[in-house]
Amino acid sequence: MIFGLPIISVAIWLPIIFGILVLATGGDKNAPLARALAMVGSVLGFLVTIPLYTGFALDTSQMQFVELHNWIPRFNIHYHLGVDGISVLFILLTAFFTPLVVLAGWQVIEKRVAQYMAAFLIMSGVMIGVFAALDAILFYVFWEAMLIPMFLIIGIWGGQNRVYAAVKFFLYTLLGSLLMLVALIYLYNQSGGSFSILDFHKVAIPMTAQILIFIAFFFAFAVKVPMFPVHTWLPDAHVEAPTGGSVVLAAIMLKVGAYGFLRFSVPIVPDASHKLAGVMIALSLIAVVYIGLVALIQSDMKKLVAYSSISHMGFVTLGIFIFNAYGMEGALLQMISHGFVSGALFLCVGVLYDRMHSRNIADYGGVANTMPVFAAFFMLFAMANSGLPGTSGFVGEFTVILGAMKANFWYAFAAATTLVFGAAYTLWMYKRVIFGAAANSHVAELTDLTLREKTIMAILAVTVLGMGLYPLPFSEVMHASVNDLLVHVAHSKLP
Amino acid sequence: MDLMTNLMPAAAEIFLLVMVCVILIADLMIRQSGRLVTYMLVQLTLLGCSVITVGTHENGVVHAFNNMFVDDLMSDVLKLLTYLAVSMMLVYSRQYLTVRGLFSGEYMVLALFAMLGMMVMISANHFLTLYLGLELLSLSLYAMVALQRDSAVATEAAMKYFILGALASGLLLYGMSMLYGATGSLELGAVASAIQSGEADKNLLVFGLVFVVSGLAFKLGVVPFHMWVPDVYHGAPTAMTMLIGSAPKLAAFAFVVRILVEGLQPLVQHWSGMLVILAIASMGLGNITAIAQTNLKRMLAYSTIAHMGFMLLGLISGGVEGYGTSMFYAVVYVLMSLGAFGMIMLLSREGFEADTLDDFKGLNQRSPWLAFLMLLLMFSMAGVPPTVGFYAKFSVLNAVVGAGHIWLAVVAVLFSLIGAFYYLRIVKLMYFDAPESHTPIKVDSDAALLMSVNGFAVLLLGLLPNQLMSVCAVAVQQSLLLP
Repeated sequence: MIFGLPIISVAIWLPIIFGILVLATGGDKNAPLARALAMVGSVLGFLVTIPLYTGFALDTSQMQFVELHNWIPRFNIHYHLGVDGISVLFILLTAFFTPLVVLAGWQVIEKRVAQYMAAFLIMSGVMIGVFAALDAILFYVFWEAMLIPMFLIIGIWGGQNRVYAAVKFFLYTLLGSLLMLVALIYLYNQSGGSFSILDFHKVAIPMTAQILIFIAFFFAFAVKVPMFPVHTWLPDAHVEAPTGGSVVLAAIMLKVGAYGFLRFSVPIVPDASHKLAGVMIALSLIAVVYIGLVALIQSDMKKLVAYSSISHMGFVTLGIFIFNAYGMEGALLQMISHGFVSGALFLCVGVLYDRMHSRNIADYGGVANTMPVFAAFFMLFAMANSGLPGTSGFVGEFTVILGAMKANFWYAFAAATTLVFGAAYTLWMYKRVIFGAAANSHVAELTDLTLREKTIMAILAVTVLGMGLYPLPFSEVMHASVNDLLVHVAHSKLP
Repeated sequence: MDLMTNLMPAAAEIFLLVMVCVILIADLMIRQSGRLVTYMLVQLTLLGCSVITVGTHENGVVHAFNNMFVDDLMSDVLKLLTYLAVSMMLVYSRQYLTVRGLFSGEYMVLALFAMLGMMVMISANHFLTLYLGLELLSLSLYAMVALQRDSAVATEAAMKYFILGALASGLLLYGMSMLYGATGSLELGAVASAIQSGEADKNLLVFGLVFVVSGLAFKLGVVPFHMWVPDVYHGAPTAMTMLIGSAPKLAAFAFVVRILVEGLQPLVQHWSGMLVILAIASMGLGNITAIAQTNLKRMLAYSTIAHMGFMLLGLISGGVEGYGTSMFYAVVYVLMSLGAFGMIMLLSREGFEADTLDDFKGLNQRSPWLAFLMLLLMFSMAGVPPTVGFYAKFSVLNAVVGAGHIWLAVVAVLFSLIGAFYYLRIVKLMYFDAPESHTPIKVDSDAALLMSVNGFAVLLLGLLPNQLMSVCAVAVQQSLLLP
């Protein structure tokens, strides 16, 4: 606590309260006020999360900044929040992206500005809640509540086929969530009437039940990650979502799934996780290789980045299910890095889309002639996406490959192909969009980045480079928790 | 003295009956323009009933009229909620009925008679009392549906309702007569102990049970006895639909609990098997058929069928947990359905019914506030947190899993997923589509205020559901004398 304030609660509720205030500004007459208020709220929202990092004790895997209050005593449900090395960075990541998203939608969003800004602010608070919740039902409430603003964002401000994408997004994720709910209720009964996630970690469960629970969790989390073969909602949702929506989806919402694996599946049902690790690894590698190839043939830039996200998230699940320290830390680093990089790439595509209203690669060519500054930034993020050393993309991928190598040479071999495919699809797209002579009159009339866009890009560029050159501040917070998790997982929980 | 001990538990019913007669006569002297006086009188009566119910509350279970009538915590809670629901119904429907020329004394008197029927059902401890209450409720509702004389649809709905309702009553009575034949008693407690003693003819009992459950299923509107629900919901004027779809569900819950749990508890393994089939069929058919509807009232009718199926799941699970969550589910459902039907009435105007899905297109642009409230209601019906509908589903699922029926919980959530689609479609229409009509929405301030309170209650109870859950659980526990 700092100044006696419960920091996590403030981090959750401050953006939500600002969101409600923004909503209260009403119609589009007051759009400037709504924008300003959203900016203040999101920046404050980020600032309040900083003490979570600066005050974080590195030498313990215990939950920190814990808040515990009765919420629904009838079912022994608590308002129980806390962070450890696994969750703390995601909270910062979430809060970090909100101001960028607000800034990215500053001019582009012209209709229903207040609702747009409010949706992002509220979603930001709710997503922080997902990462900080230590009570299963509180987690579930945040988890589901997250869907509502995203559903509206895609459906209201999205592209042509937005309604289809929004409904698909919602129903896909709801299916997984509901099965997870049944699993959580089962665990509640098994644990003797507690919904605390930490208590779930200790419950002994027979193998059949473990496998069923694992499958229920798999549906919930794999859909969010998304893992092959339940990934098909993501390209639709990404393509149709407005830029801000895509950024939040890629940067934060996908991480929620992987976080779920780390917080629920692996520690609660370790035996089933070990038993089914082969399947999970296979699915991860299919995502890395096959989806990488699919990305290669995309003609739509957003779709390409979306498939690239799925492929990169394959690394994350691979890292988790090889069960060694390199794999798991690599997975976490990859999640953070992918947040920055994919967010940045979607913003880049957004910059082009705002000017040309096309996402087709074929409509571009020679953008470097008219937008040199943009081309430079885009270059950096494209390189990071293909895992160039010195960028954040390298750190995570390399660590996961190291971990995979310890487990099995062929895992590492298959995973490492991404360095080829990733470079191929990213740089090929880059070449077709940016290099060459100006392809048509529209490209020739493009204007370079505005100050607002430059700010966003610069912030992300610094982060991507910073994390690539000096990843220690990111990795040191997770050591204790990751080691503890691995020790925990190594013990069988069969009764 | 003996008379007073008999009368006190039924004081609210007696007061209501007296007031209904007073209002009936007083209304004769009132001209159409002064109908508001009648309306205020009705609301005051409801207030009076609440005061009496609270005032005459006694701890424990009190029987009266030779055990025909029971006053316990569950009945008091359910009655108070019934008053609230009827009162809300009247506020929502005032404007709607006024412009349609249906805002008459008969309408309000019938509504009160229906409520009296519900109260008798809630407090019944005897097959005949139960039946008396049920018929009083049903006959009032038949008449209310037919109140719009020159509407062919409404008349058709009333006929269907009446014929099928009469059939169901017949089934119920037939079943009760068999139970009487087997046990020699009509009083619920005596029936239970007669069955418990093992002297009653088992075949006859189970045979009677089948008829009773069929009759109950008819009244609840669960598959395969659901045929009347969509037609009646669709055909009746929305105000009447609201009355049919809200408060009587509370009475129906009490009715089912009184008969099955208090009277026929020893036959639990027989009736819970039947309820499983009814519940699954209702959730399945209700949710799937609702997708195909273009009329919102019809859609809500199928959604009711699905919700009633879900409510039965709690009864199947048994115990305080099961019955308590079932009651909670019924209460939450009533709150949501009042809001949803209220919204239809708010958006309707003279000569125009906002009851098709298309009427909700682009509501966010016409009235962001109403759209937001409807969004809350729809997400609540779909069971998405942080709305109260989630806790209703959650607590029922918890009871089901606790009773060891995990497969049933999985079936239930899969059907909920299907259900989420059509609720989501309303949100989609309101938020993603362009409006078809730009007629300004004029809403009375009292109805609009109530709508806001209703919508926010759904959210607020979703954030802090503990109180209501506990009330339901304690009520059931004390009244059914469960451990």
